[in-house]
Formats: sequence, C-alpha cells, structure tokens
Amino acid sequence: MACFTATVAEAVVVKVIEKVEEKKEIKAAEGGAKAEVSTHIPFSRKLKWLTSMLIGGSFLLAFEHVWHGEVVPWFPFLTAMNNPEDAAEMFSEIATVGVCMAALVTLVWVGMCIAADAIVKRAAGSGEVEA
Amino acid sequence: MTLLITVFAAVIATVLWYTRKNDNLGLGFLCFMFWGASIMWLVDAVFEYVELKEAYFTPALEDMINDTFLGLSVVALALVVWVVRLLITDPRGVVRRSLKNSAAR
Repeated sequence: MACFTATVAEAVVVKVIEKVEEKKEIKAAEGGAKAEVSTHIPFSRKLKWLTSMLIGGSFLLAFEHVWHGEVVPWFPFLTAMNNPEDAAEMFSEIATVGVCMAALVTLVWVGMCIAADAIVKRAAGSGEVEA
Repeated sequence: MTLLITVFAAVIATVLWYTRKNDNLGLGFLCFMFWGASIMWLVDAVFEYVELKEAYFTPALEDMINDTFLGLSVVALALVVWVVRLLITDPRGVVRRSLKNSAAR
C-alpha cells in the first residue's frame, strides 16, 4: 500500500548523514590528515551506495504503487488515506513490510561494506592498489 | 514476475558494470537501483508467500501478464532515469562538446 515510504524515510536520513560525513572528510583532508586512499574506502562513499539503493529502489517501488492505483497525484496522494480502515492497514504494512525492506537493504549494504573493505585490504597487501 | 524481471535486469547491469574498465557511463547507479528494488520486492514476495502459501507459485494468467508488463515498465523507467542522469552529469563531456559546437556554428 505504501511500504516504500519506510525506505524513503531511511534514504532521507542516510543522505543527510552522508553529506555531513562528506564535509567532515573534506575538512580532515584540508587539515592535513593522513590520506588513507589506497587502503580505505571513505565512509561517505559507502553511504552513497546505501542511498543509491534506497532511493533507486523506492522510486521503482513507488512506480509499482502508482501502477496499482495506490498512489495518486492528488491529495492525500495515498488512496488508503480515504478511509480509516484502509489507513490502519496501510500503517501496519509500513511497520512490517516497509521496515523489513529497509532492514534487509541495510543488512545487504553492511555485507557489501565488509566485503569491499576486505577486498581493498587484500589488494593493498599484495600491492595491487594504485597510490 | 516483476521480481524476476528486476533481478535479471540487476544481474545484467552488474555484469556490464564489471566488464567495463572505467564506469564512465554511471552503470553503478543503475546496478544499485535494480538491486535496491529487487531486495524490496523480495521482502514483498516473502510476505505474500506467508499469506498465500503454495498459491503464491500458481498465479492466474491475467495477474502474470499484468506483472510481466509491470516488470518491463519498471526496467524501462529505470533505464530512462539512468539515461537522463547520464546526460545531466555528462561524465565524458559529450553533451558539453556538442552544445559548444552548436553554439560555435
């Protein structure tokens, strides 16, 4: 009904964190902090992977809801909001399906980050990474 | 069916990204978009399976056709978003060069 709203909300929060982190990293680089380019993927870049998955996925999911007539271009935008019974069902769906979607995407992202760090570390150990 | 089509699109996009030496076409974004949607639809499918049990695997023909059409539309929409993003970010400078040439004429 509107399960994608949970992932949209997470995407907004992660995007804000990503921008803050990016600013911190730029400041640290300007301040002369030791560059760890070859053995370390910046956290802001990893957060960008997560926002891309969340925003991209939510967008395509939102299209599916438009397709099924659950999202409309006029207020209140969600057809389930027209009567209290449907609204209650929608909120329940957001709390279950939506939260599970956001959690699984985040879990996959954590796995990706661990794998990416391991690959970069291994490449740095064998001298494959360019400085 | 929508999930299957999106997963196939995600795999193809990832293989294309992997085989290119430089991702100057922004294929990474396309991969993330398809994988993100695939994961979300997977969760949706699990919840639907819990509700419908075996009936989940034997959908009505009309529903299957509708879902296939939806899946293909989703892929088309994602490709359009990717192309628009590619033209706006213009990583190879093709659009900028073309506009510059047009202005010079």
